Amino acid sequence: MHVAVLVFPGSNCDVDCYKAVEQTMEQPVSYVWHDKDDLTAYDGIIIPGGFSYGDYLRSGSIARFAPVMSALVKAAEEGKWILGICNGFQILLEAGLLPGAMLKNENLKFQCFQSTLTVENNQTVFTSDYEHQEKITIPIAHGEGNYYCDPQTLAQLEQHNQIVFRYADHNPNGSVDHIAGICNKQGNVLGMMPHPERAIHDWLGSADGRRMFTSILKAWREHHDTVINS
Amino acid sequence: MTQLSTAKEPTAEQIESLQLYKQMGVSDHEFELICSFLGRKPNYTEIGVFSVMWSEHCAYKNSKPILSRFPTTGERVLVGPGEGAGIVDIGDNQAVVFKIESHNHPSAVEPFQGAATGVGGIIRDIFSMGARPIALLNSLRFGNLENDRVKYLFEHVVSGIAGYGNCIGIPTVGGEVMFDESYEGNPLVNAMCVGLIDHEDIQKGIAKGIGNPVYYVGPATGRDGIHGATFASEELNEDSDSKRPSVQVGDPFMEKLVMEACLELIQSGIVLGIQDMGAAGLTCSSAEMASKAGNGMELYLDQVPQREEGMTPYEMMLSESQERMLFVIEEQHEDQAKAIFAKWGLDCPKVGKVTDDGNLTLIHHGEKVAEMPVSALVDECPVYEKPSQVPAYYQESESFDSTKYEEIQDLNEALERILASPTVASKEWVYHQYDYMVRTNTAIHPGSDAAVVAIEGSNKALAMTTDCNGRYVYLDPYVGGKIAVSEAARNVVCSGAEPLAITDNLNFGSPEKPEIFWQLEQAADGVSQACESLSTPVIGGNVSLYNENANGAIYPTPVIGMVGLVHDVNHMTTQSFKTAGDVIYVLGETKAELGGSEFQHVVFGKTEGRPPELDLQKEKALQAAVLHMIQSGWINSAHDCSEGGLATAIAESCISGGIGAAVEVDMDLRHDIAMFSESQSRIVLSIQPEWQTQFETYMSETNVPWQNIGEVGGEQLQVKKQHEVIIDASVSRLTAIWKEAIPAKMRGEQS
Repeated sequence: MHVAVLVFPGSNCDVDCYKAVEQTMEQPVSYVWHDKDDLTAYDGIIIPGGFSYGDYLRSGSIARFAPVMSALVKAAEEGKWILGICNGFQILLEAGLLPGAMLKNENLKFQCFQSTLTVENNQTVFTSDYEHQEKITIPIAHGEGNYYCDPQTLAQLEQHNQIVFRYADHNPNGSVDHIAGICNKQGNVLGMMPHPERAIHDWLGSADGRRMFTSILKAWREHHDTVINS
Repeated sequence: MTQLSTAKEPTAEQIESLQLYKQMGVSDHEFELICSFLGRKPNYTEIGVFSVMWSEHCAYKNSKPILSRFPTTGERVLVGPGEGAGIVDIGDNQAVVFKIESHNHPSAVEPFQGAATGVGGIIRDIFSMGARPIALLNSLRFGNLENDRVKYLFEHVVSGIAGYGNCIGIPTVGGEVMFDESYEGNPLVNAMCVGLIDHEDIQKGIAKGIGNPVYYVGPATGRDGIHGATFASEELNEDSDSKRPSVQVGDPFMEKLVMEACLELIQSGIVLGIQDMGAAGLTCSSAEMASKAGNGMELYLDQVPQREEGMTPYEMMLSESQERMLFVIEEQHEDQAKAIFAKWGLDCPKVGKVTDDGNLTLIHHGEKVAEMPVSALVDECPVYEKPSQVPAYYQESESFDSTKYEEIQDLNEALERILASPTVASKEWVYHQYDYMVRTNTAIHPGSDAAVVAIEGSNKALAMTTDCNGRYVYLDPYVGGKIAVSEAARNVVCSGAEPLAITDNLNFGSPEKPEIFWQLEQAADGVSQACESLSTPVIGGNVSLYNENANGAIYPTPVIGMVGLVHDVNHMTTQSFKTAGDVIYVLGETKAELGGSEFQHVVFGKTEGRPPELDLQKEKALQAAVLHMIQSGWINSAHDCSEGGLATAIAESCISGGIGAAVEVDMDLRHDIAMFSESQSRIVLSIQPEWQTQFETYMSETNVPWQNIGEVGGEQLQVKKQHEVIIDASVSRLTAIWKEAIPAKMRGEQS
C-alpha cells in the first residue's frame, strides 16, 4: 500500500504522519507537494495538521484552492481512503468533502493535551481495529476545532453512522454533540481533530493511535485480496 | 540629487547643533567618537546606524566587562558566544545548538506581538546556524496576578508565544513562569530555542569572498520596529506606550517558509555565510557579517524589497521587520538558490556585494548615502566600566534570622496556600495553549523538572530547562546566581541527563545605578563560579538591562537555559511518584533557610534576609550520585526541592503521580521550617523496594546526606515529624487547589 502525505506551505505535522505510516504500517510513504495534480499512484492519502497558508482568513480556506485539491476530490470520488487530521479535517470541510464547518474553540484558546475519545463507529476502514464504544487516548492540538453543523446535517450524520469519534469525558472545544471526527457517507473520507499520529508509542503518552493505521492496512489487505481473487 | 523622501531629514549640522543624537541614545562623548571615525559629521542615516549598533542591545557596552567573566570553553563546545547561537557536541557527529533571548520591553507595551516576535527571533538564531529547531522554551515573569494589567499581559504574552510556536510547528516543551510585584509593569519574556545539527552543516554569519553577492530573503522591509534595539536599551516610562510602533509584527507562516527554504539552501552546500536580521535589522546583519570576515559591504537599497513607498535609507536600515535573512553565496550559484526559494514561494533579490574597503556603504537612488567603517560600527563602541556599590538593603539584612517569624501551626493550610500561589501552582493553563507535541519527539512533557526531547534515529535524548529565582538573586546576587545554575543542572539531572552547557539571559535594572551594577557583577560571578564547578560553560546568551518600573528595578533575574544529554532513553525520569510501595528518600540537608522562600512571601508577605546557602562541592556530589543511580536503573522518580521546600516537592510528586505518600521525617528544626525551608542541593527520590539495598549501600559511600522518609501509596499525603502528624491532606484536594489556582485567577475569582 502506497500512502501519500500532502504538504501545503505551512503544514507542520507532515513529518509526524510520515513517521507514523513508516512505524505502524511499514508501507511505502511519500510527501506530495501542494502543486501536484495527480494522486493516482497512491492508495491512501493523509492530509496532515499544521497551519496551511498560515490559516489566515480561516483554517483550511486557502489550501482548499491548491492544485492538489482537484486530484484529492477525484481520489475521494474513486473511493480512495483519505484521512484528514486537524488542519487536514478543516481542509476537507472547506473543500466540501465532509459536511459542516469549524469554529474557534469555545474558550478562544489553542488547546493541546491528551483527550479521551469514544469510538462511535468501528465499521470504517480507519477504525476496525478498535472496539465499538472503546475509550481511547489521542491528543488534541488546535485553536479551531469547534465542529459545527446544522441540526438536519447532524441528524443525517447520526442516521448514516458518520460520527466516528466523540470526546468522551471533556469536550475541549465546544463541538456539536461532542464530535471529534466524522466520515462521509461512503466511509472512505475521515476527518478528525485529534492526532492519532502523535499516539503511536507509549513514551509519547499513548499508543492508541497505532490501531488507526493498522486498521487502514488491514482493510487495504482485505480489499487487495478481494480484488486479486475476483 | 533625488532624495525627495529624505528631504525632511535633519542635516548633519542640525544633528550636531540640536544634539538630535541624544534622542537616539548616543552620548556627547560617543558622538565625538563617531565624528572622529568618520572624519566628518554623520548624516541622519549614519547617526541612526551608529546609534543602534552602539546600543546596549547590540554592543553590550555596559555588560561586556561582566560577560568576559563567564567560562565559555569546554571539550564539547564547538561554537561559543559571538555567533547567532552556541553549539555543543553530543557525539555521533551531531551537535545541539541553543540560545535564549529576551523581548521584555516590546512585551510590556504590546504583549502578543512582543512575545511572538521574541519567539520568531530566537528561532532564526538557531536555523541561521544551519540547525533544525526541535524545541522552544520560555521563562516569564509577571507582577501580582490579582492585578488586571498583569492578567492582560500574562494572557497575551502566552497567546503570543503560542501563536508563533504552534504555527511554525516547533514544540514549546518547557519553561517557567513566576509572579512577583517586582515585575509589575516590566514583565520578563525570555524565549529559548534548541536545535540539532550535523557537524558539517554548521554555518557562520560571515561575508566571505570579495566581490561575492549578498542576498536578501524574507518579507519586504516595512516601517515597523524602527529603533527597536534602542527602545530595548532604555527604561520603560509613561511614554513607552508611544513606542508601540517600535514593536515588530510577526508572521510565523512566513518564518516557516523562510526556515524550510534556508535549511534546504544550507543543505545544498553553497552557502558561504548567513545571518538573520534581528535587532537593528539590515544594519546589524550586514555590519556583523562584514566585520567577521574583515571585509566591507556595499548595499543597494533600491533592491531591498519595501512594503511602503518612499522609504528612506534611514528607515530601511533601522527597520526590524521580521522573518528576514541575509546570505552570501558565489554568483554562479544564484540560479540554484533562486530555485530553492521559488519552491517555497520566496524571492531572494541581490541587495549588495562584499567589498575590500572595510566600509559599510549604502547606495540609494544611485547615490552613496552613507559610508561608515565596519570596524567602528562593530568593535569600537566604547565599553563602560560602571561604578558599583553594595546596596543598603543587602548590608542591613546580614543579621537576618529565619526563625524570627512566629511558628505557623496549621501546616495543611500553609501547604495549600503555597500550592495555590501562582508561582508554584500548575502551569497547565499556560502550556495547554502550547503545542508541545508536534514533531512527535517530546518524551517528557511540560510540568516535570526538565522537558526531554528524543533525538530522532538514536537512543539518546536532550533534556532542557530554564531556571532562576529572582528573589534569591535580589537578596544575594552572588549566591542567587550560583543557585540559578545549580537548580537548572539539578532539574536536568533529575530527568536523567548529564548537564552540557548553558545559555543565559541577564535581566537587570538600569546599569547607571551603582547598586544595580553591583547586582549584575555579583550575579555574573555566581553564575560563573557554578558553571566552572558543574562543568557547564556559557555558550551564548543575551543581556536585557533597564528593566525598571515606577517603583524601581525589577529583581535581578539571570535566567539560565540549560541543555543536558540523556545517554539512553531508558534513563528518562520524571518527578511523579509511580507505584504504591516505592520507598521515598530525601537527599541533601534541610536547614533553617526561609530567606526569599515562597513560604516567606505567601505567609508573611515578605522577601527578606539572605537566600539559602549553596555549596558547589555538595551540589556536584549530589548531582553525580543521582545521575549515577538513575543510569543504574534504580530510580522511579526524581524531583528537586525548590520553591515551597520539601513539603511542596513531595506534594508535587504525589499530584503528578495521582497517588499518596506516607512520610516521616527526622529533623531538628521547627515543623514549619522543616517543611518549607528552601535549602538547596536536595532531591526527593522514589525507588522500588528491590533496589533499596543497592541504593543504601551506594549512598553510604558518598558524602551526600540521605534519609529514608517513607513510602508511596494511598490517597492521602501524610507527613509525620517526631511521631506527630503535621500534614494530612487528600491528594485529590491538593490537586484541585494546585490545578485551579491560575484558571480561577484568570476568571477573576477572588482567592
